[in-house]
Amino acid sequence: MEKSFFARNPSVLIFIGCLALFTIGVTAMSEAMGTDVISTSFLKTLGKTLCLCLVAIAMDLIWGFAGILSLGHMAFFGLGGYMVGMWLMYARTEMIVVASMANAEIPPTAQEVVDAIGTQIFGVVGSSDFPVIWAFADSLFQQLLLVVAVPGLLALVFGWLAFRSRVTGVYLSILTQAMTLALALYLFQNDSGLRGNNGLSGLQNLPGADAIPQAQISLWFFWASAFALGLGYLLAAWVVSGKFGSVIRGIRDDEARVRFLGYSVEGYKLFVFTLTAVIAAIAGALYYPQAGIINPAEIAPIASIYLAVWVAIGGRGRLYGAVIGAAFVSLLSTWFTGGQAPSIPLGFYTINWVDWWQVLLGISFVLVTLFAPKGIGGLVDHLTGRVSPERYGADLGPDSGSLQEQEAEK
Amino acid sequence: MTRLIMAALAALMLCVSMAAAQDSPIQALLQEHRVLIEESSRKTIQPAIDALRDSGFPEAQAVLEKWQAKDLWQREADKLFFFVEKVDSKNYRLLDIATGEAAGEFPKKELNQLKPNSGVRSLIGAALVQFQLMAKDPAKRIEALDAIQRDPAAEHLVALSGAIAKETDPDIRDRKERLVRLLTISFGETEEARIAAIESFKGDLGVDVRGALNPLVATSREVAVGTLPEGVNIAAVLKPGSTAFSEAEAYDLLVSKDLVLPRITAADRRAALQENITDARVGGVPVAQLNTEEARERAYQALAEAGLVRAAATQAQIAEALAAHVFFEKYAEPSAAITEAANDTLSSINTQVGFNQFIDLTLDAMSLASIYFLAAIGLAITFGVMGVINMAHGEFIMMGAYTGYVVQQVIPDYTVSIIVALPLAFAVTFAAGVAMERLVIRWLYNRPLETLLATFGISIALQQLAKNIFGTQARPLTSPAWLDGALVLNDVVSISYIRIAIFVLALIFLGVFLFIMRRTRLGLEVRAVTQNPRMAASMGINPDRINMLTFGLGSGIAGIAGVAIGLYAKVTSELGSDYIVQSFMTVVVGGVGNIWGTLLGASMIGFLQKGIEWMNPSNTLAAQTYMIIFIIIFIQFRPRGIIALKGRAAGD
Amino acid sequence: MSQLLEVSGVSVTFDGFRAINNLSFSIGSAELRAIIGPNGAGKTTFMDIVTGKTRPDEGSIRWGDMSQSLLKMNESQIARAGVGRKFQRPTVFEDQSVYDNLAMALKKDRAPWSVLFFRPKPEDRTRIEELAAEIGLSDQLYRKSGELSHGQKQWLEIGMLLAQEPRLLLVDEPAAGMTLAEREHTTDLLKEAAKTRAVVVVEHDMEFVRRLECKVTVLHEGSVLAEGSLDHVTKNQDVIDVYLGR
Repeated sequence: MEKSFFARNPSVLIFIGCLALFTIGVTAMSEAMGTDVISTSFLKTLGKTLCLCLVAIAMDLIWGFAGILSLGHMAFFGLGGYMVGMWLMYARTEMIVVASMANAEIPPTAQEVVDAIGTQIFGVVGSSDFPVIWAFADSLFQQLLLVVAVPGLLALVFGWLAFRSRVTGVYLSILTQAMTLALALYLFQNDSGLRGNNGLSGLQNLPGADAIPQAQISLWFFWASAFALGLGYLLAAWVVSGKFGSVIRGIRDDEARVRFLGYSVEGYKLFVFTLTAVIAAIAGALYYPQAGIINPAEIAPIASIYLAVWVAIGGRGRLYGAVIGAAFVSLLSTWFTGGQAPSIPLGFYTINWVDWWQVLLGISFVLVTLFAPKGIGGLVDHLTGRVSPERYGADLGPDSGSLQEQEAEK
Repeated sequence: MTRLIMAALAALMLCVSMAAAQDSPIQALLQEHRVLIEESSRKTIQPAIDALRDSGFPEAQAVLEKWQAKDLWQREADKLFFFVEKVDSKNYRLLDIATGEAAGEFPKKELNQLKPNSGVRSLIGAALVQFQLMAKDPAKRIEALDAIQRDPAAEHLVALSGAIAKETDPDIRDRKERLVRLLTISFGETEEARIAAIESFKGDLGVDVRGALNPLVATSREVAVGTLPEGVNIAAVLKPGSTAFSEAEAYDLLVSKDLVLPRITAADRRAALQENITDARVGGVPVAQLNTEEARERAYQALAEAGLVRAAATQAQIAEALAAHVFFEKYAEPSAAITEAANDTLSSINTQVGFNQFIDLTLDAMSLASIYFLAAIGLAITFGVMGVINMAHGEFIMMGAYTGYVVQQVIPDYTVSIIVALPLAFAVTFAAGVAMERLVIRWLYNRPLETLLATFGISIALQQLAKNIFGTQARPLTSPAWLDGALVLNDVVSISYIRIAIFVLALIFLGVFLFIMRRTRLGLEVRAVTQNPRMAASMGINPDRINMLTFGLGSGIAGIAGVAIGLYAKVTSELGSDYIVQSFMTVVVGGVGNIWGTLLGASMIGFLQKGIEWMNPSNTLAAQTYMIIFIIIFIQFRPRGIIALKGRAAGD
Repeated sequence: MSQLLEVSGVSVTFDGFRAINNLSFSIGSAELRAIIGPNGAGKTTFMDIVTGKTRPDEGSIRWGDMSQSLLKMNESQIARAGVGRKFQRPTVFEDQSVYDNLAMALKKDRAPWSVLFFRPKPEDRTRIEELAAEIGLSDQLYRKSGELSHGQKQWLEIGMLLAQEPRLLLVDEPAAGMTLAEREHTTDLLKEAAKTRAVVVVEHDMEFVRRLECKVTVLHEGSVLAEGSLDHVTKNQDVIDVYLGR
């Protein structure tokens, strides 16, 4: 008989358990609870890391499972951040403007308030008019809908165009990278309507929550991030556990074969691409209020490449691998680039990790790709003894399998 | 007649003067206009200057120059004019204006310095132009022409026309003739002459022509009551409420002519209301309700009726005022025939300018295309021929550029350093490419996604390494002096030498690539290995060696491209990443595995980007965005690029 | 008897090389047919055309009772219409278990949304177990298919084809690399399948074809050279020329 979802996927329960324990532990040690072991800024870092884990899950779904190396998911992540940032910035500026106008002898008209907000927000790019894309910024609900709708639609349209013309493999990667670059360049312009390279700032201040200390707000966001991660993990695990998972893994390994089985490969790819774009956007919408600022540099192609690096180091094709990779590499990166890592004096030269971390990351990434294609997650296989024979690069004899054959043809 | 009078005058002078030496004809002429000269007023002085200018006396120029420089003096006693020489602080030696002979020393107080004001001085200057135009020194003549061109005036016209006949230098003569025509446009005596001059410039690209013609067709917006006025050169009748001329603009025009009451701005009204708050009410409206425009309007009307604020025009009044007036655009030039001819000529010039701008744009696009081609040609080898995705390709370009920079630090001579840098950059990146192929890529053949990721890792590391070594600020890579400047074809079309050099370099690379691939043993082996490595191996070709060499070649070319790009752009650690996406696009759009495809791809992207920039000139970022979107759409229709391999060879 | 598949006047050219030249072919709804021909005769290209992988330059392909044109459909639509294909090399999803492979092939709604919410019912499991028994892989049901032997992979692929319940089965060299016993098993499977549907087998091995006991079509240089029973075509002078050379 069919076993229950959790019985078939024990790792999901383990993961949810770990996440819950972690959340409770961090909460107990947080400043807001008075224990003060974990500073608010570190709490924010942890919250942000959870969001990065969530987007890594999305990346793992699209890359590790469906085999599409998308270099555009951080763009969706950033777009989600922009969407929520628009409301945060608008609502908070509105409060400040209304408060300052309340002292005027004549009450302001609605238009005057909007104009004043516009001047506040867009003064930095030499404008004061609200662009059309801010039409919904006054409503949290509508703007939250946009968090899902805008990246979702972009992914849908782009994916439809790309998959329809059967762009696959590295071509697709390059195309997604081009999309990301186009979006970043567009946002860098002052007249993009999103404040050009200034980006949106002050996002850590929740409108109307001035009285609540940042420690408390950070904790709330940490909880929200943990909850979203848990939910995202469950969703992703559910998606890949059934026949759908079989089909997308089939697409990864042999697209043509899946097509001859009667599955419309394009539809599946588009579905996964859009779904993961939406997950990435939600992760971004939770990340940027904790980061406080978003600008187009966050969307630059290199960000998406780092995302791929995390997932590869963590171990693609398994969800917990993605989470481990994102958490491990991004925390390590914070540690190194934050200047906390001790410098190594070599006598003639001192290795300063702020400068050398990227070099180390790049090299270790090459090493992982070469020698540990399964990443950190591969260690789990060693522990549980599930090691399947290494078949990569095997000679293409008469009985070589579809995997190698397919790869050889590329 | 003049002579006669002069003779008479001279005779008169003789009687009056105490010294007989001062009877030169020029002195006589000056004496004739003495009253005007002494008065020294801009309004009346012209006849005196004209007389001097037209006198034909050889000393006239010197006198005018001295006069302009305030070096012309007058003796109080007999009102005769002299040049002077300072003896000491009190005494001056007089010099005869005609002969330059000394005429005795006099104390300063017996002398009178002529001090023409600036207006008079400029009139003198205009008169002097004629002398300058005929000066012996050609440089002086050109200087005079430049001066006229800077500040054209009606009086130059005659002087210039007179100066043409005696001109010997053909170039200067041409310039003079052209300048006459130019001046005729504005200052010609008859309408026919002006029109002829205007029409003679049809299709001329000179900025000066447009500068002379544009004021003729400049218009101003005017308004008249009821019907259009007679005898005015009207360019167009404006209808209030049309797209080109809104009702608000029309009303503002009326306001600016003081024909109607101004409207009140929202800010003014708000201020007025604020001043008239009584008992938390304004004009009977409670202050708390003043948060809509309608309520404010009502309150203001109430105040206006009470006479507390000035009345503002209402909508009905505005409509009435607009209906009562006609609006039109008037030419500053009164003659319709001239404005018509000017418009005609301008439009023919604009067509010509447009055509030349198109040529200029084409040249620009070609140079951009050659830069993309340079950046992509290495990729065309590693990606196009070998199928290896090298994301660190951009960093090889960067390494080439930094090699150029380092060489310039060692060898200060820019020409020599560039000649050294090109092969050195090739060597450095060739070595880097071979090392990378041996250490990393070799293990990843047939696993393109892994190759992509591993080379990304290398790219990240190399970029940071460059930052650590060279810092984050841009490093200059200076081109030799002979590459400075630009080839100027006319006022519109020009192209810098460095771009030409890059274009030539791109052509050379294309040739080298074709030569290596089609005519050498290496090319044959490369093609064999990429088509069927095992077959090639069994024919005695070492695929490892070939892969290594091919990859090194592609990387080496990237290094040379880096030097070229470094000359044109700033050398930073991000130099490579700026080009990598475009480079891949170039190869993909062109069609993988075909060098002509890469060339076409580069051309398409270059022309496209310039074309988009032309449509939206202020914004190169937007141009790149639209270009990438275009490419994404383009790939819909030609997924395999412009030149696509067909059939089984294309794989699936 | 009405024809299930009718290919008429199809030609296709790759870079000037005519791989298929004015080929016409038809097969009934429950028929076993073998296609033989020397290398480069266009056997695989013919399959590519029927399954939608390659678009012909001219000609028409009619399918089923409604005489639909297959030319306007893509691969997955053609597969859903009831054309199943087995590749020359066994192509199964090596990373997934035999069970998953078969489950994916089962004839069910293939739209992403319904696949996402699909959970196997008891009768689906029974069907999979039946299929596994038929192809002799009952014991291997939960093994990764990448770990199977070459012959087992071939059968698994045939099993997947059967699970698809196609009306037309295109089988490309099923016997390659099999032992004699495995070949016999394969022959039985194909003959059994041909009782309820059309089966086209492309094969080099004459012995294997003979064992199929069916009508044979000989392809040469992209068009049909001869058609009939194996004995009939092997006596055909043209066929002898082509196979033995002139």
